[in-house]
Amino acid sequence: MAYTISEKIFNQHVKGPKVKAGEFVYAKVDLALGNDVTAPIAIDQFKKLGAKKVYDRNKVVLVPDHFTPAKDIKSATQAKVMRDFAYEQKITNYFEVGRMGIEHALLPEVGLIKPGKLIIGADSHTCTYGALGAFATGMGSTDLAACWATGYSWFKVPQTIKFIYKGKFQRWVCGKDLILHTIGLIGVDGALYKAMEFSGPVIARMQIDERLTMSNMAIEAGGKAGLINPDKITYDYIKKVCAEDYKGAQGKKKWEVDTKKWDKLKSDSDAVYDQVIEIDVSKLEPQVALPHLPSNTKAVGQVKNMKIDQVVIGSCTNGRISDLRIAAKILKGNKINSKTRCIIFPATQAIYLQAMEEGLIEIFVKANAVVSTPTCGPCLGGHMGVLARGERAIATTNRNFVGRMGHPGSEVILSSPAVAAASAITGKVTDPRKL
Amino acid sequence: MYVFDWKNYNSYNIKKERLMKLKGCVWKFSDNVNTDEIIAARFLTTFDSKELGDHCMEDIDKDFPKKISCGDIMVAGKNFGCGSSREHAPIAIKGCGVSCVIAESFARIFYRNAINIGLPILVCENISAQIKEKDIIEVDVSNGIIYNKTQDKSYKTDKFADFMQEIVNSGGLMDWTKKKGLAK
Repeated sequence: MAYTISEKIFNQHVKGPKVKAGEFVYAKVDLALGNDVTAPIAIDQFKKLGAKKVYDRNKVVLVPDHFTPAKDIKSATQAKVMRDFAYEQKITNYFEVGRMGIEHALLPEVGLIKPGKLIIGADSHTCTYGALGAFATGMGSTDLAACWATGYSWFKVPQTIKFIYKGKFQRWVCGKDLILHTIGLIGVDGALYKAMEFSGPVIARMQIDERLTMSNMAIEAGGKAGLINPDKITYDYIKKVCAEDYKGAQGKKKWEVDTKKWDKLKSDSDAVYDQVIEIDVSKLEPQVALPHLPSNTKAVGQVKNMKIDQVVIGSCTNGRISDLRIAAKILKGNKINSKTRCIIFPATQAIYLQAMEEGLIEIFVKANAVVSTPTCGPCLGGHMGVLARGERAIATTNRNFVGRMGHPGSEVILSSPAVAAASAITGKVTDPRKL
Repeated sequence: MYVFDWKNYNSYNIKKERLMKLKGCVWKFSDNVNTDEIIAARFLTTFDSKELGDHCMEDIDKDFPKKISCGDIMVAGKNFGCGSSREHAPIAIKGCGVSCVIAESFARIFYRNAINIGLPILVCENISAQIKEKDIIEVDVSNGIIYNKTQDKSYKTDKFADFMQEIVNSGGLMDWTKKKGLAK
């Protein structure tokens, strides 16, 4: 029998006969993640269930990242509910402000994600971890509570759409452009209930940061997961994060790096796919997704004279060090347009520190950009960069729905860090190749 | 702490009889209604169902919570509830008095969340073209039949998978978990 990577991971987490796509399973969960918005409901449900202890205090992860540092009394209260629960349950992976980062950038960085793990999170962008060969999917708070109490969750093993990317990127084109293009191609429900598997020579060359960006946005096509078969690039990354003694990871265990075991997770060459889509990336231009759907994509060259009030560079999609390096390369020696604001938020404390050591923060500040502490704030119109009626932002984030970044009469355009940084200089949507 | 209306929260069980047969006025929505539109992130600092309900669908239609009557039904196109995993979305819909959501398809996380908290949701092909805004419809949730009183027409909805029907019958995920004795 041939299996996809998704089927293989589920088979390692269920008892009994082997399962295939389409079957319902009750599977053992390796990590169950919540944040300051979703965890309070889960905690309430958990207590209502009468559960006393979480199934494994090392497998529950709590990250206060959405409205922190607390923006008001209500959000402070929510964060406190989560903090109290973390202390009460002696949760090892609770990341306090100062140690925290945006959850989907933080977890891989502190070595909590490895190939073959089955991960659920009460946050839709949990699918990010598929980039490291884990099966990770977003759920709601009640699902999270049930998992905390039992250690299990129910799933329908998904069909898979395989994407094979061939060719070579042009200058300034990156993983973000490729995933935006893909979503534009199949639509915001193009992969509904299905796993997306990204493969081909383009992915084989792609570094981890860009892979994480691609898997992160699988949900924007309705995908249940966005997987990349683990390879040497994955293993090198995991070896690196495990070797680094990052102080934010509390209770981190010593890692075994079992590449032989992980090699076996790769989808079989004769595995059955729902669909196989081949895309040649050679002619792909830098992309933008215009309001108000991530699938509303266009080549940046087709967008003329679109004024920008605010530029946002960061988030769980594009707040990693390589994203900041790209932004810095473009902003170095330039100034943000006088009628535009530019907010840059490194996704974690470690990324912030590295950006400082590499001199990137200095470049940003000298260019008149604002550098913020890690937070989800601006991406979802929470705080630290909310838009007024009639304002337009270009953002390296993941959603451009009506009202996503503030007033329902504001607009968000999605792009890569290169397009966002170029637009910050000119004050309108700009192709970085034409700067 | 906020007072949370748990009695209503798990009403699939409590008000089973009333909920299995629903009747209400239809409010229509298009394809790809996302969770930011159902309840904007600026309101996510609480999960009180009443408070969330007061802002339900606000960014699409500011007066929605005011103009509907308790028991009214939302009918939408494809991919209803796409976007974030916020369970606040189905809570807000319930909180403002909507009794049921019928759509051509639902986004995956919203679908789970609605079933988990006991908000009746039904999938019905092409329903958007057949039902008009303000039509009065009756929904037999247990048998999957929609009767349009205004147009005197009936439609059949998709069945839940057996596994999900079990959760629905238990009154949501928490009661299912309890019933199965799975919690530690």
